[in-house]
Amino acid sequence: MRPGLRWEHGVLALGLGLLAFGHYQGLFVAPREAMMGDVGRILYVHVPTAWVGLLTFSWVFVAAIGSLWSGSMKWDAAVEATAEVGVVLCSLLLVQGSIWARPTWNVWWTWDPRLTTTAVMAISFVVVLILRRVIDAPARRLTVSAVASIVAFVNVPIVYMSVKWWRTLHQPFSSPETVDSPMVTPLRIAAFGMLFLSIALCTLRWRIAHKRLAAEAEAPELPPEQPQLTLPDEVS
Amino acid sequence: MNPTQRRLFLVGALSVAGVGLGVVAFGNLGESLVYYWDPTQLVEAGDKAEGATVRLGGVVETESVVWVEEANELSFQVADAKHSVAVINRGAPPQMFREGIGVVVEGTMGADGVFQSDRLMVKHSNEYRAPEEGTESADLYATVEDM
Repeated sequence: MRPGLRWEHGVLALGLGLLAFGHYQGLFVAPREAMMGDVGRILYVHVPTAWVGLLTFSWVFVAAIGSLWSGSMKWDAAVEATAEVGVVLCSLLLVQGSIWARPTWNVWWTWDPRLTTTAVMAISFVVVLILRRVIDAPARRLTVSAVASIVAFVNVPIVYMSVKWWRTLHQPFSSPETVDSPMVTPLRIAAFGMLFLSIALCTLRWRIAHKRLAAEAEAPELPPEQPQLTLPDEVS
Repeated sequence: MNPTQRRLFLVGALSVAGVGLGVVAFGNLGESLVYYWDPTQLVEAGDKAEGATVRLGGVVETESVVWVEEANELSFQVADAKHSVAVINRGAPPQMFREGIGVVVEGTMGADGVFQSDRLMVKHSNEYRAPEEGTESADLYATVEDM
């Protein structure tokens, strides 16, 4: 193995490879959707993003519990990493959904329960990231962001169940019974691609977060983002 | 912050989360969180529904669609299992609009019993099917019946 190359780089390559293959299948091999035509192919992007986005937010929940239980920097870094990747996925999800909604539903956005809860979910995890940015004291940051993550997580099962609990414009769950088999395969491949991509991104981001937290612990009075001013030597 | 305090925060956060989820899941929020009314609810509300801006959701009745291009008006019946409501929507029918499809319209119920809509949204089911020869779109939307 080359120096600097870690297991997550392999997972990243696998994820990107599966995504490329799954999307190739979805765009060129799978049949057009009967009602939506080619527009329906966004299914292969949107559904994996949704599944993996919700899964990533559940990792934030696990990391937040670990963080409060142990007080360890490793868990704290995991909260930061997974929350950030989750926010990226959730933002992508909202944009993709909007792009899909316009030609099928005839609107870019509507305040139906699925869309509303998803927007709240995105905002609440953005709040977690903001809290981590504005709190300087490490122990306080760990506690506050972990508590905020656990509270924000409440919404994740609600987002998932919203299409079952309430009337929505958004369609209910898709399953292999409601998706024709030539469409299931590219969907599964893309979903695994997205899963590996998220695992790799979370791991890479975790290493950065952990390094920063470790540096901060060594020099607590000097946060790493703040460059030290060096005065020029005396000019004679 | 000592470990005991931190773990108390953990218990507190989990309790808040658990109660929050419980309220939403079992608190019958469905009653107050209605995204759209179905035709039966709108018909049963009678006069009370008049004038208020609401959403109405149901299935576009077969052979009820009339598109008047000069007036820029699309009229159709939105039905559920029991009732059917006449709807007039301003604007051209969207691409996905057809008979037998699920729709949600935004607008007001008139005194004449006609729902004046200014936004027409088409509901897609969770079924993704490859096109088949001679398949009726209504069959593909069978699942909107229980939406």
